[in-house]
Amino acid sequence: MFESILITIATAATPLLIASIGELVVERSGVLNLGVEGMMVMGAVTGFGVALATGSPWLGVLAAVLVGALFSLLFGFLTLTLVTNQVATGLALTLLGLGLSGMIGESFVGLPGVKMSYLYIPYLTDIPYVGKLLFGQDPLFYVSILLTAGVAWFLFRSRAGLTLRSIGDNHTSAHALGINVIGIRYLAVMFGGACAGLAGAYLSLVYTPQWIENMTAGRGWIALALVVFASWRPWRVLAGAYLFGAVSIGQLHAQALGIGVPSQLLSSLPYLATIVVLVLISRNRRLTMVNTPASLGRPFVPDR
Amino acid sequence: MRIELVKRPEQSKLFSALSPFIALGLTLVAGAIMFSLLGKNPLDALYYYFIDPLREVWSLHELAIKAAPLILIAVGLSVCYLSNNWNIGAEGQFTIGAITGSILPVLFPQFQNWTVLPMMLIMGMAGGAAYASVPAFLKARFNTNEILTSLMLVYVAQLFLDWLVRGPWRNPEGLNFPETRNFHEYAVLPEIWSASGRANWGFVFALVAAVALWFMLSRTLKGFEVKVLGQSPRAGKFAGFSSSKMVFFAFLLSGALAGLAGISEVSGAIGQLRPTISPGYGFAAIIVAFLGRLNPLGIIAAGLVLALSYLGGEAAQISIGVSDKVVRAFQGMLLFFVLACDTLIHYRIRFIGMPAKTGEAAQNV
Repeated sequence: MFESILITIATAATPLLIASIGELVVERSGVLNLGVEGMMVMGAVTGFGVALATGSPWLGVLAAVLVGALFSLLFGFLTLTLVTNQVATGLALTLLGLGLSGMIGESFVGLPGVKMSYLYIPYLTDIPYVGKLLFGQDPLFYVSILLTAGVAWFLFRSRAGLTLRSIGDNHTSAHALGINVIGIRYLAVMFGGACAGLAGAYLSLVYTPQWIENMTAGRGWIALALVVFASWRPWRVLAGAYLFGAVSIGQLHAQALGIGVPSQLLSSLPYLATIVVLVLISRNRRLTMVNTPASLGRPFVPDR
Repeated sequence: MRIELVKRPEQSKLFSALSPFIALGLTLVAGAIMFSLLGKNPLDALYYYFIDPLREVWSLHELAIKAAPLILIAVGLSVCYLSNNWNIGAEGQFTIGAITGSILPVLFPQFQNWTVLPMMLIMGMAGGAAYASVPAFLKARFNTNEILTSLMLVYVAQLFLDWLVRGPWRNPEGLNFPETRNFHEYAVLPEIWSASGRANWGFVFALVAAVALWFMLSRTLKGFEVKVLGQSPRAGKFAGFSSSKMVFFAFLLSGALAGLAGISEVSGAIGQLRPTISPGYGFAAIIVAFLGRLNPLGIIAAGLVLALSYLGGEAAQISIGVSDKVVRAFQGMLLFFVLACDTLIHYRIRFIGMPAKTGEAAQNV
């Protein structure tokens, strides 16, 4: 019982984790992409459609990652090459993604989807209490953990990661040192897009294998909030994602038990929790000041 | 090939005026391509989207009905965005305004006289403003990101409305449908000229609000304060302007206007509360605000354009069987093109081919 609850929490937390890890890299490079929700929903519809057409959930995942990265290039071209306002452009990406995905997915509504199968390793998965938790989850769960570890290593243990963070903290100095600020930011934005696409595919291939319009239901925005909550640290993102996973699973269980509280109030708990968490973290100005990438959201035009 | 931006010495007046039109043109081209991909004749589709709804008087009334909430919300948002306050939760303020404005006709249906409607409008504005004060307070007091908090409150507001119309506010005489009782005649926003169509006074409110805010922004000290604090909070501080007061001013104003839009929509166009009362007006208004270049008079025109896209979506669905989902994709593309074209105001764009680049580099050496 305890194990199965932990597994459902992991299922709710994984898409948040993947999307926020991607956004964390983007923000560490000094770019604020508010289009996570849009890229995620595009990933969800692509993953669902391709998996349905080919019968292979893995091809669906691959296509979702590609579409997420390509879709983020739209944002990259506007904010990095044309130096548009990042907040407005991110919003535009979200609105466009929600609109396009609704259009593309219209014929998918009500169709049974392809579900990604869970991992099964003989003997290991059968270990009582922890076997399923450690060795019996969906493959993307393991990807999300590896991704977190990889990004943590890349940002704080590798030279390329140091370069990326230096761009996020002071793009003018980085440019003066001969670092290709815009090129690296393009790569970061595409990585964020690929992660958001993957997170979307998780929703439509693992979490609920079907297509529902706006099925991301604000998860892209919660992922953005998680990055702030984690003060731009990968392992804290993981902790935050599991906290939110626990809140959303907890409210589902409470709804199932029928504890006499309106279901709408319970459904609004993850959103309210996001606000509370943001307030708690931003109250501590020193913590946020130290960790916020100093160039976050600021336009950059190289002087030649 | 590479694209290089060259900063203009001052803003281009020409492109300030032209950029929304270039963006509209590009959206039409992209739309035509999209319709061809969907297997429809693009010219037919564009005709049904943008020309057909303008051919009849009753249809122009429908245009005004759809434009009213868009303009009301967008002019409020323009004050927010100009002062660098990113309120993107107008959809939630719209919803709460509709709810608080509906308290009288839903809970006190026996209370019927001419004072009901003005009180409803005031309560709607108060509700929208109160709801917007939450992210404003959190931003001013705790430095919390207003983008995320205002957006989260949209979901909360929609769930609250859903609970009301399915639970305590459900029509006792209705057959268990999730909707409130119909508003009595004193609670309905009257039509402007009922002989020719349904357009109600909401459109007049929108025009008045737009002109009033245009005056405020361009002719008063308050408007100057909005722009200074938006462009340089530091300069604003030296001028004695308070950033946190501006946060409240911008949020309360835009929240009140979104609330007014909400109660006008419910009272004028729908006549009762339902689980869904808006086809995303609060988000489409963000597009309207930018298409109008954050100028309230420009926003009137932009609101009409977006309203036309909603009407055209309905027309095209009936006549050529294009899904109404296309509308939102269209609107998203429009915002992209608007933002891209605004670059032309501040920068000249140079296209640099690779061979030319080496030549230029040699010259520079």
